[in-house]
Amino acid sequence: MTVAAKFRAPGWYRAALSLPLAFLFATVLVSAVRALYGWDGLFEFDWQAIGTVALIAMPLAFLVGIGCFDYWFDWAVGNPTKPEDHSSHGATSWKDYFKVNTDHKVIGIQYIVTTFFFFILGGLMAMLIRAELTQPGTQFVDPNTYNGLFSVHASLMIFLFIIPVFAGIANYVVPLMIGAPDMAFPRLNALSFWLLPTAGVMMVASFFMEGGAFATGWTAYAPLSTEAPFGQQFFTIGVQFAGASSIATALNFLVTIITMRAPGMTFWRMPLMVWAQFTTSLLVVIATPFIAGSQFFVLLDRALGTHFFTASAGGDVLMYQHVFWFYSHPAVYIMMLPGFGIISEVISTHARKPVFGYRMMAFSLVAIVILGFTVWAHHMFVSGMFSWLRVPMMITTMLIAVPTGVKIFSWLGTLWRGVIHMTTPMMFALGFITMFTLGGISGIMLAVVPVDIPVSDTYFVVAHIHYVLFGGSVFTIFAGLYHWFPKMTGRMYDETLGKVHFWLSFIFFNLTFGPMHFVGVDGMPRRVADYAEEFATLNAIISVSAFLFGLSFLIFLYNMIASWRHGPKADGNPWRAHSIEWQVSSPPPIFNFDEVPTVVGGPYEYGVPGAVHAVFGDKKAPVGATPAPAGGGAPPPTQQP
Amino acid sequence: MRRRHPLLGATLLALVATAIGIAIVLAIDWWPSQASTASKPIDTLYDVLLIISVPVFVLVMTVALYSVYAFRARPGDMRDGAPIHGNTRLEVVWVTIPFIIVSALAAYGWIVLDDIEAKQKGEMRINVTAQQFAWSFDYPEEGGIKSNQLVLEKDRPVRFYIKSKDVLHDFWVPDFRLKTDAVPGLTTHIRVKPNRVGSYPVVCAELCGIGHSTMRQTVRVLEKADYEKWIADQGQSEEDGGMAAAGGDPVDAGRTLFDGTGCGACHTLADAGSTGAVGPELDDLAAQAAKYAKQEGISPEQYVRQAIVEPSEFVVPDFDDGLMPGDYGTQLSPAEIDTLVKYLLTVGKGANAQ
Repeated sequence: MTVAAKFRAPGWYRAALSLPLAFLFATVLVSAVRALYGWDGLFEFDWQAIGTVALIAMPLAFLVGIGCFDYWFDWAVGNPTKPEDHSSHGATSWKDYFKVNTDHKVIGIQYIVTTFFFFILGGLMAMLIRAELTQPGTQFVDPNTYNGLFSVHASLMIFLFIIPVFAGIANYVVPLMIGAPDMAFPRLNALSFWLLPTAGVMMVASFFMEGGAFATGWTAYAPLSTEAPFGQQFFTIGVQFAGASSIATALNFLVTIITMRAPGMTFWRMPLMVWAQFTTSLLVVIATPFIAGSQFFVLLDRALGTHFFTASAGGDVLMYQHVFWFYSHPAVYIMMLPGFGIISEVISTHARKPVFGYRMMAFSLVAIVILGFTVWAHHMFVSGMFSWLRVPMMITTMLIAVPTGVKIFSWLGTLWRGVIHMTTPMMFALGFITMFTLGGISGIMLAVVPVDIPVSDTYFVVAHIHYVLFGGSVFTIFAGLYHWFPKMTGRMYDETLGKVHFWLSFIFFNLTFGPMHFVGVDGMPRRVADYAEEFATLNAIISVSAFLFGLSFLIFLYNMIASWRHGPKADGNPWRAHSIEWQVSSPPPIFNFDEVPTVVGGPYEYGVPGAVHAVFGDKKAPVGATPAPAGGGAPPPTQQP
Repeated sequence: MRRRHPLLGATLLALVATAIGIAIVLAIDWWPSQASTASKPIDTLYDVLLIISVPVFVLVMTVALYSVYAFRARPGDMRDGAPIHGNTRLEVVWVTIPFIIVSALAAYGWIVLDDIEAKQKGEMRINVTAQQFAWSFDYPEEGGIKSNQLVLEKDRPVRFYIKSKDVLHDFWVPDFRLKTDAVPGLTTHIRVKPNRVGSYPVVCAELCGIGHSTMRQTVRVLEKADYEKWIADQGQSEEDGGMAAAGGDPVDAGRTLFDGTGCGACHTLADAGSTGAVGPELDDLAAQAAKYAKQEGISPEQYVRQAIVEPSEFVVPDFDDGLMPGDYGTQLSPAEIDTLVKYLLTVGKGANAQ
């Protein structure tokens, strides 16, 4: 290819070229508008105004350059397009993972690797935070950098790791689980992925701005955020790109799950992982526009001088928090429900038992979605909002414990009288149950208003969120990755290293976040670069544990990379699981199924003689197998042996 | 019959673990001191939550660990578990019991909430103003005294009216158990009845910017007589810059003002033991003031006074304008500012020089 052709074809060359062009566009646009308004300082280079426009233009230009929109542009201008063009489908070399690809399996891997990249960055920031907090006083970073570190740490972990890594895992396995050849909208799927790195790079790049990274927490409460230095803009706009990615993916999942299930795959025969992704996507589609709105308000206040949050000009500071939490509380479930799905798959498969109370497991997901929208103000018990709202929010918050308890008890019921294989995914699932129960208990405590008043905004909250988001969500992510590693890579991971990883994470996780409960109740506020002398001992213990906890992640990283390259070959169904993704080769063929599967029973009929979940092609169900109903009690006595 | 014995053992272990767990969580000294009437009911509620949590956690752990112990696969074990799909009765039980528990806890929480927030007889109003990065207080019922120190009378109920001048802050005294945000454009309230003499930290609990972690002051709870003396001293201090209260020692008087005004939240000063890092260090102030005063063509005393009263007039290189509140000239009396200027130039002779 000639150089000129390289710059014309979709890819990194064109993307690299598009960035300076977008910056130029922003400069010209801002200057031109200012000239039209007769602004004097036309040639005083006001990089804040230009920077704001560039922050919107450059990521879009990058997406155009890399080729996310080529098909649609061709279609829009009337160029010939091939609807069944599969040239960008599948991967034959590692280079294909750096291109716009429409294969859900490639996109799934792209998601997982990218999100783990940001997980590592966010983790390194956590290490710096703990280094600074090892002793009282200022040692490594000044207070402004410190505030930037915990803000970017949380933003990366939430928007660039937990939410999208679940989207990545589901991207890989959900179409396979429902017997679909791909997602409903493969090109939208590719766009969803490529929006993510732009958001992540933006958030990290904020450190290089004058005044430092955005330093107002991941909550970006106004009016601190509307008055903060330019770095704040990187969060305000970065969240829009991450949010757009989430919404597009969620729509894609909803359409895929509703319209592309294999013949015979009724809703009550879907694996709970699919149920979890379905309910999560509902949450994303309904809630995410609210955080987009809250950040647009901040953006307009900052860039155009509106007064949404200027109290002296009639703005309402509390409104920000209501709109923000109307997304960000459901976001907690966006970060947890997919994990619930993974745990159901892992426990059922590795304990060789049907999921206990399948229908209640699905209904409890739906109950959490609905109740999840009625509790947002429990983050605002001390915000100064009208006081009567606190009691109803306390009651709804505590009621969420009921469907959540149903899930915990049902997993225990699934373990009971199973044949439990203590594989790495199973150990992470059991670790998850332990940690999540503790996180749920501290959640109940926080829901009780008189207890929340003294402990809100303290390290008790930091402990709680890490118990539910690390001990909860991240443990399910590890469980899921170990569980589906053979399917995704066609190789087995090292079981011994996996177990070492589990035990080190489990022990040092608790030593890191357990003591935070104590310092929090004792009066240490969160988000502080410095603290009172009395908390020094426990903070030193927390920091040392945190460093060891951080190191334990290297074992996981080594295991994943080494096993992916040199691990023993895995066959199609190493766990002897029933769900459809395990009935194809590892990794699956490019269009998933050479023959269309037909679903004939529930996904977890372990122990039911001869039961199968799906059959392929025009094969009939094996002789003697009766299509068992999924869930809803034991099969009728006549079917039992 | 085969499984009865291990199950019995597990149940016994669970009961013992529950007892030990409850003993441990109750033995832990969780809270700071109980310095207000709200402390006791909140701490009791917290203890009740702990006591209920322990058996829930032990139950989950027992079933999980027992399952791993009793139902673990042997090497090469290819069996499947029992094809149990559910048990409606059991599912009804584990929906109903948690529902009853959380409903009861919510009701208990509501009762405690009403109790600690109830209006009390003879409440005194104190206005609290938050700004980056200091608290100030005024006492409209004590002749409008303005102070940078919060001083309360033991057993006298107070209602705080809390405002913010700039961004969100949060007025929190851990030993009182109560906190609420200071919200621009709103006045928020909390009621407190301090019932223990002592000094307690006032902490900002809502991220408010670069100096958030050092936005700390002290609340002193005094007996009635001491409180009344303090009120009287406040008028005196405005007259003589706090000299009489300090027994005529200018350094002591200055240090008291420095602490009480919250200067240490942003400025490092060895003599006052402060380590704030938002504004310039003051240990070397005498030399710095001499240098900048020369540039400005004023005396070092005038320079320091100007830096307190009109901080934007001269901004020390490498620091941002607007970080320091501009209203200390109205919060402190001229005599108090005199004391503070003298104090800073006396102790600010450089950490090495001392």
